[in-house]
Amino acid sequence: MSTETLEKEAVQDVAVPKEPLFSAKNKRLLTDPLDDDNPITVQVLGICSALAITVQVQQAVVMSLSVVFVMLFGNMIISVFRNVIPSRIRIIVQLVVVAALVILVNEILKAFLPDISERLSVFVGLIITNCIIMGRFEAFAMGNKVFPSALDGIGNAMGYAWILVAVAVAREVFGSGAISFPGVGQIKFVPEGFFEFGYMNNNLMILPPMALIVVGIIIWVQRARNRKLIEEN
Amino acid sequence: MKAVDNLLGKVRPAFEKGGKLEKYWPMYDALETFAFVPDHTTKTGAHVRDAIDMKRTMFLVILAMVPALLFGVYNLGYQHFAAMGVDATFLEMALFGFGKLIPLIIVSYGVGLGIEFIFCIKKGHAIYEGFLVSGMLIPLIMPVDVPLWMVGVATAFSVIFVKEVFGGTGMNILNVALTARAFIFFAYPTEMSGNKVWISTTGDRTPVDGYTGETLLGQAVEKGAAFTDVTGQAYASAADSFMASFIGLIPGSIGETSALAILIGAAMLIFTGVASWRIILWGILGGAVMGFIFNLIGPAYFPENLYLQVPWWQQLVMGGFLFGVVFMATDPVSAAQTTRGKVIYGFLIGLLGILIRVVNPAYPEGIMMAILFMNVMAPTVDHYVVQGNINKRLKRFKTVKAA
Repeated sequence: MSTETLEKEAVQDVAVPKEPLFSAKNKRLLTDPLDDDNPITVQVLGICSALAITVQVQQAVVMSLSVVFVMLFGNMIISVFRNVIPSRIRIIVQLVVVAALVILVNEILKAFLPDISERLSVFVGLIITNCIIMGRFEAFAMGNKVFPSALDGIGNAMGYAWILVAVAVAREVFGSGAISFPGVGQIKFVPEGFFEFGYMNNNLMILPPMALIVVGIIIWVQRARNRKLIEEN
Repeated sequence: MKAVDNLLGKVRPAFEKGGKLEKYWPMYDALETFAFVPDHTTKTGAHVRDAIDMKRTMFLVILAMVPALLFGVYNLGYQHFAAMGVDATFLEMALFGFGKLIPLIIVSYGVGLGIEFIFCIKKGHAIYEGFLVSGMLIPLIMPVDVPLWMVGVATAFSVIFVKEVFGGTGMNILNVALTARAFIFFAYPTEMSGNKVWISTTGDRTPVDGYTGETLLGQAVEKGAAFTDVTGQAYASAADSFMASFIGLIPGSIGETSALAILIGAAMLIFTGVASWRIILWGILGGAVMGFIFNLIGPAYFPENLYLQVPWWQQLVMGGFLFGVVFMATDPVSAAQTTRGKVIYGFLIGLLGILIRVVNPAYPEGIMMAILFMNVMAPTVDHYVVQGNINKRLKRFKTVKAA
């Protein structure tokens, strides 16, 4: 899906030199990755972090923001330099860009949100290897102008973010009976009476396998709504 | 029977194509074929069919579970009254047991069949009877006082995510009943492990002195083969504790305590050809081998771990080992399909079951993990068995050509 848009874009760039800032096509760059072309549920990329850091909402939110930042600026930088990057070493250049941005994010988190940074541990660093980011650099930023690349970056990062937060909400609500926000901390909202009545937090929700199943449920709902996404065989 | 036939015949038009309740045809079909052997004839392809269809097969499995079930009911009452130090008649014990078991059965069947009906009506295919067995197995592998809502949640989870999303009956990747148990084990560990859950201590009676409520599996972790009964009395000899667990008067999940009752069931399954005798036999052998290895190396190399010194014949009768091997491992869908594959599959289940149980005290019921693990590995086992056969024939073919 993604590579197709790339080729069409290149052709149309020549034919239509000027187009409105938020043309229908540009808007689709933003909205497609949210649903029909979602990086996690449709392209099945970046699954690892969706399993690892969705135990609490606050971590998921911080992680998502970090990815939005890296994705947006990474896509823009690559797009700016797309014509001067020698294609033989482009992967290394992309890695340098994403690594620089991730280090920046990591240092900021360590300085301002030390406890969340601690809990995210290596996963911020692992944004470098997040397949979504390298995938967008290769498939989009290397062949498109800066503004569409920025939109594409935000779109894909938001597509990643909402899945992450949705999974985290499900896991934290059922697993810990609480919900947390960055800077606020965890708020337990399940009333004591529930527990006296026999309710218990679901421990399995805290374990990684359940994240996979929650992502599976989202994929299920998505494909039930949009039958185009179902593979033939 | 005639009356049932008449009634079914009368309401049939409403469910047939064009009828008012056309959507609910799968439900009607399920009831009709449940009561009567279906009169459908084959239309294309092979015309030879087995005389026994899936409903009859499932029914045989349930019949085979009846001894374990009835003994479980009696044992529930027996353990409860023994722990409380109250003398009770056989009838009181049985009534107590039924009172505990029947709600579990109702919840498990209600939730499971409900979900199955919804999926079948949505997808418009016939309702199969796979859940008849799973729904009966689930209560039998639960601790007595497990909250009913947990059973409901676990049943729903395993029916949806192990069976229905993969295509319904005949497509489950794991054993459905065992997944429900594993779900509760991981999600609500306090209700599924430890010492408090295996004997019902609710009500106004208080336990006798010395009561611990530990299963033999729990005792073996700390004290090895020095087993005690419910009231804390040590068994006189190893033979005594073996007999107690062979007959089944020990605490545990509802249906799994009595090796005797399970073996009667196993005999029925093997005699009717419903379950694979290879899986059962090799499963037991695998467990015996692992237990025997532990007996050999235990005293010399790990003298501080007494669990290793539990005699191998005792390992086979305590906990859910036999129940798992006989009723769970033989699930024809999730087990290996090839003959040699079944041998490997069964053997590894027994081996891993005892290995996990002894080496990792956090998972006392190792057989549950072992079966689920081998369910996942079964297609791989089959793949290599088939490949091995192909390679062997290729080699033979080549030698013939060369000669």
